[in-house]
Amino acid sequence: MTDALLTADAAGAPDPRRGRTADFEARVKKRNAAEKRFRFYGRLAIFVALAFLVTLLGRIVSQGYHAFTAYEVSLPVYIDPLRVDRANPMGANYDALIAEALLAKIGAPNDELGENLLAAQELVSTDLGFNLLDQIRKDPNLVGKTLTLKGPVKADAQLYLKHEIKRETAEGDRKISDQQMDWIDKLEKAGVITGGFNTRFFTASDSTEPEQAGVLGAIVGSALMLFVTALLAVPTGVLAAVYLEEFAPKNRWTDLIEVNINNLAAVPSIVYGLLGLALFINWMGVPRSSPLVGGLVLALMALPTVIIATRSALKAVPPSIREAALGVGASRTQTVFHHVLPLAVPGVMTGVILSLAHALGETAPLLMVGMVSFNPGIPESVTSAATVLPVQVFIWETASERAFHEKTAAAIMVLIGFMILMNLLAVIVRRKFERRW
Amino acid sequence: MVWIVLVLLTALSALAYGLGRRKAKAAGKGHSRPNYQGAYVALWAVVPAGLLLAVVLVFGGRIEHAMLSADAPAAVAELPSEQQEVFYGDARALAAGKATSGTYDFGPLKAHLDAKAAQSARQHQIFLTAAIGLAIALALGGFALAFSRLKPDFRARNRVEGWVSGLLIACSTLAVLTTIGIVASLAFEAFRFFQSVSPLAFLFGTEWSPQIAMRTDQVAADGAFGAVPLFAGTFLVMLIAMIVAAPIGLYSAIYLSEYAHKTSRGVIKPLLEVLAGIPTVVYGFFAALTVGPIFRAFFNWVGAQTGGPLGDYLMQVQNQMALTAGVVMGIMLIPFVSSLSDDIINAVPQSLRDGSLAMGATKSETIKNVVLPAALPGVMAAMLLAVSRAIGETMIVTMAAGLQAKLTLNPLETVTTVTVQIVTLLTGDQEFDSPKTLAAFGLGLTLFLVTLTLNVIAMRVVQKYREQYD
Amino acid sequence: MQMTKNVTLARAEALPDHAPIKINAMGINVFYGEKQALFDVSIACPDRAVTALIGPSGCGKSTFLRCINRMNDTIVGCRVDGRIEIDNEDVNLKSLDPVVLRSRVGMVFQKPNPFPKSIFDNVAYGPKIHGFASSKSELEGIVEHSLKKAGLWGEVADRLHQPGTGLSGGQQQRLVIARAIAVNPEVILMDEPCSALDPIATAKIEELMDELREQYCIVIVTHSMAQAARVSQRTAFFHLGRLVEAGTTEAIFTNPTDPRTQDYITGRSG
Repeated sequence: MTDALLTADAAGAPDPRRGRTADFEARVKKRNAAEKRFRFYGRLAIFVALAFLVTLLGRIVSQGYHAFTAYEVSLPVYIDPLRVDRANPMGANYDALIAEALLAKIGAPNDELGENLLAAQELVSTDLGFNLLDQIRKDPNLVGKTLTLKGPVKADAQLYLKHEIKRETAEGDRKISDQQMDWIDKLEKAGVITGGFNTRFFTASDSTEPEQAGVLGAIVGSALMLFVTALLAVPTGVLAAVYLEEFAPKNRWTDLIEVNINNLAAVPSIVYGLLGLALFINWMGVPRSSPLVGGLVLALMALPTVIIATRSALKAVPPSIREAALGVGASRTQTVFHHVLPLAVPGVMTGVILSLAHALGETAPLLMVGMVSFNPGIPESVTSAATVLPVQVFIWETASERAFHEKTAAAIMVLIGFMILMNLLAVIVRRKFERRW
Repeated sequence: MVWIVLVLLTALSALAYGLGRRKAKAAGKGHSRPNYQGAYVALWAVVPAGLLLAVVLVFGGRIEHAMLSADAPAAVAELPSEQQEVFYGDARALAAGKATSGTYDFGPLKAHLDAKAAQSARQHQIFLTAAIGLAIALALGGFALAFSRLKPDFRARNRVEGWVSGLLIACSTLAVLTTIGIVASLAFEAFRFFQSVSPLAFLFGTEWSPQIAMRTDQVAADGAFGAVPLFAGTFLVMLIAMIVAAPIGLYSAIYLSEYAHKTSRGVIKPLLEVLAGIPTVVYGFFAALTVGPIFRAFFNWVGAQTGGPLGDYLMQVQNQMALTAGVVMGIMLIPFVSSLSDDIINAVPQSLRDGSLAMGATKSETIKNVVLPAALPGVMAAMLLAVSRAIGETMIVTMAAGLQAKLTLNPLETVTTVTVQIVTLLTGDQEFDSPKTLAAFGLGLTLFLVTLTLNVIAMRVVQKYREQYD
Repeated sequence: MQMTKNVTLARAEALPDHAPIKINAMGINVFYGEKQALFDVSIACPDRAVTALIGPSGCGKSTFLRCINRMNDTIVGCRVDGRIEIDNEDVNLKSLDPVVLRSRVGMVFQKPNPFPKSIFDNVAYGPKIHGFASSKSELEGIVEHSLKKAGLWGEVADRLHQPGTGLSGGQQQRLVIARAIAVNPEVILMDEPCSALDPIATAKIEELMDELREQYCIVIVTHSMAQAARVSQRTAFFHLGRLVEAGTTEAIFTNPTDPRTQDYITGRSG
């Protein structure tokens, strides 16, 4: 083919097809098919990536939305003076009192071995018993009266009410017996058990009982920790960026700092955890598990991203502003702090919010500084023991009770909700104050 | 206490500022505006005192501790070192009026404990008085010095700006200090670890079981801290992750930068960023409770169909395996690979594409023969960065890979990685000095050095690549 | 008219109006989104001759050039109306694959754009993707032949496997021309091929164009009137997206009919 082409050239005679034979046409068809295939692979890759995103979020919502509803019992309990000693309220078995009241509602007898009693006890949270004790200790005159107690239904019973434990499963493979299921149905019909929005999830802290566990402690812990992080990382990061962008001479030292910052941004987060453990806890004696130490570690982690974001915001301020300020006799420091930095504030804010949102989701380094401990209370200060949202997710995920799985997914939804809020805030700041030169 | 000091310092600085300003105003127009004169005085009054107090706040406890344990009673000195630590801790707790830790019962040493507690209370009083006295002296001295300097022709503005640039330099040095801190702390603790376990046994040993070393003390130590199974596990998970992330990430980058319309690009890119913004613990949850069970069910089903020894093996596959962790980590890395590659591909000049298209090449031929070869160094660097991320990733593997250190390349086996072991070694309750916890620092140092090398190489390549087309 | 006297017309032989037409454009309108870039352009380019498109920058001459090999297809939101024929065949026909069209119409760009490959692979690129060579020796033959035609063989024969990007600017541009010749096109489009080159390299390219026109239909966009006068046989003057005047180069430069052409070539506008 090409020989013909070349000889045609040599002869100088025009070949109207110039070597484009049927062979060539067939090849073009094949090449176009390859083109379509290639484009399809690209689409497929995007589709797969987005399908993963949808599956991931879909799974979390489908596993977690149940946790936002909860079933409560509302049960009148007669405080029998024969069973509760007014002088020594600690000595009585309140769980049994409640279970008996429950059995009475169900209409089931209390057999001699107490098996029914035990089975009824398994339906309501231990919280009810403690609640009753508290009330009687406060006011011993309640003994002999009938009190209406309110409290959560036990986690496994809730799973049945939410149809997550099904009757079809063989009885031996589930934690609720057929009899208990019948009782639950009866109680629900009688209006003793009612479902509603799970406010407890947002007002309680961690607990060993799934039905009593909530995320408030973790939210407060996260807030305290982010406060420490922001307090430390933002001013130092912004000032460091100002120095590197506006003042620093171009020399080996500043080059070193540059390379250093870029590398720090890529250091695995767990290494920061090791640094925090060795430096802050063992060397400086900052209390373990505290938002302070977590905040310190995350501040070091967030520092490079804050610096990088601030520098790009400062770069976006046109040099004409600096020249104008210097031109009217302002010093370099005045120029930067009175003119350049204020103009860069929206960009800096956006970068700062995004790096704090990233810090909010960080888990691994916090495990190193002891934030993985069980914390049933709400942290009071930056030095008290606390846990944070992502670590709470980790703790619940490793718990064996099935009811904690939906709590985990729900906590993830809360965490992602906060991250979305922060990202939205960043977008709003950017939209509202965006300036184009 | 901290708050009172902060309020006092603020009040002092306001006072110093006001006085300085007034003196400058009274003196009439000079070099710098009165604001700067005031600020100059305030800085001298507050900064040295504040620094001193900060040092006391951070290191005071350690200094007191050291002073307290300087002259140990003979009975206490006989105790093992960790008990001694607790002893002095308890003494200081008693002095502060708090309960003791109760870790050890110092019954027979009660008298010593009370004596030390009394000593600690006295010491604390002296220490505090000395610190506050010194701080007040520094504040007054600084104020007097600065105040006396104020004169109409005094260049206060330049001085204040000197302070400001000092602060700026200090902030930017913090980044370097962080690196030094990481290297120093890892190296120091790792060095202590390598005193009990030889680096060679650590790097080339093929058996990892830190639990045994705890119980039988030194005998099994050498064999039990061989990190090769961890390196193999890390490598296996990383490899699976890259097999998932590299093609999907690269192809989506190609599609986004070369084919997608502006509008669909505007939708897809933010969605991929959402995938990138999801915390890793969420991926871990997804791996442990969704992907793991699906894989397990699938392989068990395949095993039931095939039968034979292979079928038996497949029937026993568990949720936790290298494949689960690797695939989910791959999903996590897709947006990372995609956005880095997207940047790199966009940096290839349009003129090269035009040249190829004008030759009659199709778009895909242009991409495969011209764009990708031109972008190759950059894409390789992006992959290196992704590898570094995969090696350092912790939560997914902790939740989905397992804890058993097996030397295997079978993706269906449970494996463990360097990061998982660091977490496991450090989240239990144990003495910080045991070889078990120190081993975490040995692993951390290895991890840091490997990822650092990868990052430095990748960033160099990217920088060179960008310079080439700028 | 002062300017025209200084222009050398040495090589620009008069070309008879009845020379065989290779490219025939009729009523071309081009839109970039809402903006119209070309208005009703009709022009014919003869075979085996150089046609120069001149005019002030932004006048649409490059846009027109990119219509001929349908490179405008690659720009999102670009629409081309009208009819362009090469050898009486409509290039905008749906059934005509741009791949086939572009293998017949080569293009050389403003900035030399050798691929980041070896000199050999740059020239072999077209024949390889189109499958024009059935053996390695045949491919080598094509590469040698093309480099010789582009006047580059003598300079690079001993370093064919070194990167093409290592050559000087002028050499790179001749390498790109060799790359275009390698698929044996009928038409070669050149979009300001010398604007990034020094005078000596420019002279070499111009010499090359003069040799190539014996075999190809060449259309060149240039902002240098002197270059148009030196290398082309026909010239078309574009202004604000319209074709103002076209004719033999001699006629355009010595006796323009339109006052705008006159203003431009004498340097009063543009």
